[in-house]
Amino acid sequence: MNRYPLWKYLLIGFTLVVAFLYTLPNFFGELPAVQVSPARATEQADTALLGRAEAALKAAGLGYSGLELAGNSIKVRLASTDAQIQAKDVLQAALGDAYTVALNLVPASPKWLESINALPMYLGLDLRGGVHFLLEVDMKAALEKAAIRYQGDFRSELRSEKIRYGRIAREGETVVIHFATRDQRDAAAEKLANTFPDLGYTPADLADGFTLTARLKPEAVKQVETFALQQNLTTLRNRVNELGVAEPVIQQQGANRIVVQLPGVQDTAKAKDILGRTATLEIRMVDEQADPTLVGQGQAPFGGEIVPSREGFPIAVKKDVMLTGDSITDASPGFDNTSGQAAVHINLDGKGARIFKEVTRENVGKRMAILLIEKGRAEAITAPTIREEIGGGRVQITGMANAQEAADVALLLRAGALAAPMTIIEERTVGPSMGAENIEKGFHSNLWGFFAVVAFMVIYYRIFGLFSSAALAINGFFLIALLSMIQATLTLPGMAAIALTLGMAIDANVLINERIREELRNGATPQAAIHAGYDRAWGTILDSNLTTLIAGVALFWLGSGPVRGFAVVLCLGILTSMFSAVTVSRAMVNLTYGRQARLSKVSI
Amino acid sequence: MLEFFPFKKTISFMSWGKLTTTISLVTFLFSVWALWDRGLNLGVDFTGGTLIEVRTDQAADLNRIRSTLEKTGLPEISVQNFGSSRDVLIRLPAQAGATAAQTSNQIMAALQADDPKITLQKVDFVGPAVGKELYDSGALALLVVAFGIMAYLAIRFEWRFAVAGMIANLHDIVIILGLFAFFQWEFTLTVLAGVLAILGYSVNESVVVFDRIRENIRKMRGATIPQIIDDAITRTMSRTIITHGSTQIMVLSMLFFGGEALHNFALALTIGILFGIYSSVLVASPLLLMLGVKREHFIKPVEKKEEAVV
Repeated sequence: MNRYPLWKYLLIGFTLVVAFLYTLPNFFGELPAVQVSPARATEQADTALLGRAEAALKAAGLGYSGLELAGNSIKVRLASTDAQIQAKDVLQAALGDAYTVALNLVPASPKWLESINALPMYLGLDLRGGVHFLLEVDMKAALEKAAIRYQGDFRSELRSEKIRYGRIAREGETVVIHFATRDQRDAAAEKLANTFPDLGYTPADLADGFTLTARLKPEAVKQVETFALQQNLTTLRNRVNELGVAEPVIQQQGANRIVVQLPGVQDTAKAKDILGRTATLEIRMVDEQADPTLVGQGQAPFGGEIVPSREGFPIAVKKDVMLTGDSITDASPGFDNTSGQAAVHINLDGKGARIFKEVTRENVGKRMAILLIEKGRAEAITAPTIREEIGGGRVQITGMANAQEAADVALLLRAGALAAPMTIIEERTVGPSMGAENIEKGFHSNLWGFFAVVAFMVIYYRIFGLFSSAALAINGFFLIALLSMIQATLTLPGMAAIALTLGMAIDANVLINERIREELRNGATPQAAIHAGYDRAWGTILDSNLTTLIAGVALFWLGSGPVRGFAVVLCLGILTSMFSAVTVSRAMVNLTYGRQARLSKVSI
Repeated sequence: MLEFFPFKKTISFMSWGKLTTTISLVTFLFSVWALWDRGLNLGVDFTGGTLIEVRTDQAADLNRIRSTLEKTGLPEISVQNFGSSRDVLIRLPAQAGATAAQTSNQIMAALQADDPKITLQKVDFVGPAVGKELYDSGALALLVVAFGIMAYLAIRFEWRFAVAGMIANLHDIVIILGLFAFFQWEFTLTVLAGVLAILGYSVNESVVVFDRIRENIRKMRGATIPQIIDDAITRTMSRTIITHGSTQIMVLSMLFFGGEALHNFALALTIGILFGIYSSVLVASPLLLMLGVKREHFIKPVEKKEEAVV
């Protein structure tokens, strides 16, 4: 009666082997490594880069234990942290600023484990140290900027259509245009609705005149918001690259928030500075008289300065600023109408358009440079030649290699001129030594608690206590294997949840053992008692675990950060415990007692 | 066979109804008073603000740190030791404005200028808006869990069981919160997770007893409802103590080895487990009786087949 068919034993055996294999990588620890990835998202790490890195390391005489292409980066495994720091310097010098070289840790588990995708659990920031930021994009400011843009657009549109208007004012996110007569207003309403369909227009008759109030339609508002968020995401990605973090997380959260996680970052002050900095744009003339060889040597001409281009070539620019980013109302990638070449379109506001017209008229054939200035460091995003006088505030820059480059340039322009402001609304920093301490504490909590429970179970239930303890240990394996398989992030609350689920998992075995004792007390034969004990306890085990599962799911749904880590482990732990406590422990009992036809006594 | 609870006879728990109800009522009212009068000592997770943990290489001189920090001009800085004499906790209330996130930089700069050996262990900065959201979603989670479990019990058993089980467990939660308020222990996001886990866990206990009651109702024909409940509690007593004991062993291990970060979490679980035993046995079951559980609620009347009239 207490026998499992062979396939059940095999199945249990198989799950045990799988669980063991996937738990294994967590015990190998980590090796110091250096990770090289392209600074720009558009570039790929390839075998050519691999070759360059290999050559650089060989030339420096640095030994390494592994060099591999992983995703969009190269990972070099090194024997010691000293070699790691040396290798970082060597690689950074050899590969230049186009690549981010960061210190990292890679799992030290053997290759064959990695080949079956058995990787260690991903450690949360509270366990490995690092910074977590939650940033909020100021959408109100983004919408106000959009309104300012339309304010200028309306003015030029009405002027070119020769419709007379009084005043164009911005009130928060709306633009109000004043007219003297109703006819003027109605004509304007019709024209504007055609040209700018993203806005809704409401006319009003006032005592002293007629007005038209324009407001962005809900779809357009959404678009502006998505745009502002994308913009900030891109800016943050570029800035994080600069920090040289091995595995940064930059993610949108909700409609207007961005999560940035930088594992292993120690200088949090610098990280905050870089993330929170504001960029500005300046348009200046290129100094055509400067001696190219002197410029090449980095010597600035009189009244000018040298700035690097995006490709890293030095360009001499004049110190006078023609226009700043404030004048730019929009920048978008596109194509030249006649040649079909990739291009960037820039819109300027009224004042900017007038200055630009003047400057371009006087400088046809010369080059101007658009500089992005961040933290006092200028970079020329692009330096096009002026072909003709440009009026009306619509500027087109051609000469981009491809559509991707045009998109990059447009993004950089917007980053400097248009990004909606962002503020850090949450920060969680954990120092690296604290992370290691937390791992140790979490581990010890589990270990000592586990031993105490095992000791108690074996004393109280003897052989059955041994089965229960073995099932509990197996549950631990299952849980860790599962967490490793799904690459869940383990946090300190997660480690607490492991301890808690281990404590709760024993409940199922206690229920079963107590039931068996009770059946024995009531005079059942040992075999019948075991059978009934497992059978009857199952319903109760299911009920009691499901209630905890409800709590776990709600926590996962409504929780954030560390609480989610807790919830994931709690839920998985409940599921694995139901299997290990009931099926696995039963298999052990069956193997031990099931074959004895005349069992007179069980040790419980 | 080692047995802690060799109960041969059924213990008449239900006859203690008045006493247990009084005890519950007193602790419950005490907790409500503590919550009302003192309020929860909410951590930065919920109130917003900045919390910085630093470590010095020798026993920290708190007065020196205080005077160093006063020079930064930041308002209401509190400085205290925690854990060991080298660990210092610095707390600042929530501040409006975009510069709030820079507060920790300012403080670390000031501290390191005074003593370069001070290392940063941890920073928690939570903006006021985020704090409010975490508070709201925490409260919502509590409600969702409570109603989810109630719905489950109602489907699995009967509404009287659901109501009795839920009241018993909310009573535990209020007592945990009350004790946190009374002793002014800090209530953080992790503690909230612990409280919610207890809500799910503690219901287990009621479920086990209820399961037995249901089984007994079918088996023990002729027994009265109080007798049935007494028997169910007595039979599950041993299991109750042992499972809670083993969970408590793990929690105690967290309390002793888990360090500051898990201390209050383990504390909440400890209170929850202890009161969980009491409430699910001595609160839920009398409530069930009060709500008027009857045998008929579980044994479907056998439908009489109508005989055909010939």
